[in-house]
Amino acid sequence: MAVLKVEDIHVYYGSIHAVKGVSFEVNEGEIVTLIGANGAGKSTVLNTISGLLHPRTGSVQFMEQDLKGVAPHKVVERGLAQVPEGRRIFLQMSVEENLEMGAYTQPKTSFDADIADVYRRFPRLEERRRQTAGTLSGGEQQMLAMGRALMSHPKLLMLDEPSMGLAPILVEQIFSIIKELHASGTTILLVEQNAQAALSVADRAYVLETGRISLSGTGAELMASDQVRKAYLGG
Amino acid sequence: MDFSLIFSQIINGLQTGSVYALVALGYSMVYGIILLLNFAHGDIIMVGAYTAFYAITSFHLHPLLSVVLAVAVSTVLGVVIEKVAYTPLRSAPRLSLLITAIGISFLLENGAQLLFGADTKSMDTIVTGNMMLFGTSVSYAALLTIVVSIAAMVVLTFLVQKTKLGKAMRAVSEDMGAAQLMGISLNKTISFTFAVGSALAGIGSILYLCAYPQASPTMGSMLGLKAFVAAVLGGIGSIPGAMIGGFVIGLLEAMVSAAGLSVWKDGAVFAILIVVLLVKPTGILGRQITEKV
Repeated sequence: MAVLKVEDIHVYYGSIHAVKGVSFEVNEGEIVTLIGANGAGKSTVLNTISGLLHPRTGSVQFMEQDLKGVAPHKVVERGLAQVPEGRRIFLQMSVEENLEMGAYTQPKTSFDADIADVYRRFPRLEERRRQTAGTLSGGEQQMLAMGRALMSHPKLLMLDEPSMGLAPILVEQIFSIIKELHASGTTILLVEQNAQAALSVADRAYVLETGRISLSGTGAELMASDQVRKAYLGG
Repeated sequence: MDFSLIFSQIINGLQTGSVYALVALGYSMVYGIILLLNFAHGDIIMVGAYTAFYAITSFHLHPLLSVVLAVAVSTVLGVVIEKVAYTPLRSAPRLSLLITAIGISFLLENGAQLLFGADTKSMDTIVTGNMMLFGTSVSYAALLTIVVSIAAMVVLTFLVQKTKLGKAMRAVSEDMGAAQLMGISLNKTISFTFAVGSALAGIGSILYLCAYPQASPTMGSMLGLKAFVAAVLGGIGSIPGAMIGGFVIGLLEAMVSAAGLSVWKDGAVFAILIVVLLVKPTGILGRQITEKV
């Protein structure tokens, strides 16, 4: 079943046509990645799905329901969580408060079990639970951003450039966490500039170029494609 | 100067400072969440004061009931202003929002003039009597003001630090987009902020009436401006900053008056504003506002 179905969306910033007719879908249990250069419109697509931006035409369907006119906080209630670009954790709040915010749509009763689950996945966060989030390192902040999103029990987790600004060893760690999440049944839409890493974990992939999807296929297919190798994998 | 004089000036300063602090909190909370200097905030105090005035003088309600009524009217007014005037402008340039706030301020002041007349309405003092404290006579009104405002600040701090809505408020004020991605409703959280800020203004209006038992259509503008200075001094957007700023401004006024320069009182307050903006625009506890892309 298609968890997410994006159909021919066009998104504008004022008069700038940022996304020009993008269509793709994510099926249950898949990791789908959207790769592309800076400015290709990847984050714009995610923010449109989350309801922060509105497509001028085209539609977004989540769990077979149209998200047109659904406010961003209602989108989260339906089970669609986004880990935004640049992590955007609440720097002045504590680690635990950040996780509480992630659980905002959830009933209080499941909180203890959920936070224990996040701490089990990210033991570093438990060590630092009372610390202000702004004092965390880049890798820890990314873990917090992911943990925060998991608190809402997402049916679909969208990750926007989780490897951005991280040292290679941490990128590896983040991707192994993504694989783990996938193995435990989470459906994932991954947006990345790091095409190599993204394609290596993805079931299917789409290449976004200046607002259009130029190529799609399985992760392995794209990894082998000349066009992708030249443009994104350094030859 | 002897001790008794200094002590009574400190009490005076804390009394006016408490009112400034309560009003400054409203400015700061609203600025923190939608980056708006809500210049209509001072006028909410005026409406609160008229409500209490008529409740007591015309309807002869019990003072406590009048207080509750004044706070309720202020709260509802603040939320209605936000819904009617500011919500439609949420994605508009900030200047439009600021101009609208000034417009609302004019509307309230002139509306009050139309409804209640331009003259100052005086009433009997609500809280009477004095007590001796360290050999100095201190009015019950002053003590009540200080105690009530400190209690309000403690409750507010609890609300913001510990409750779900309070935490949501901090999240929205830090990053509106990310807060929405957590499932936090912007409308609900912003309305809550205006409600709390306006309720504090309502409490401030009552405490102001305890010190100066009169109401006039423009009473909110000077009080509002001074509270604004207090908010800037403390660091606009910062809740503890607004409290500190309020008390500092109140004490400063009392000291200037005690030095025999009471005509310079207002000037001294605005001089503070100029100095803060020149030397440390983020105020005592303010955070650096970084532009988000």
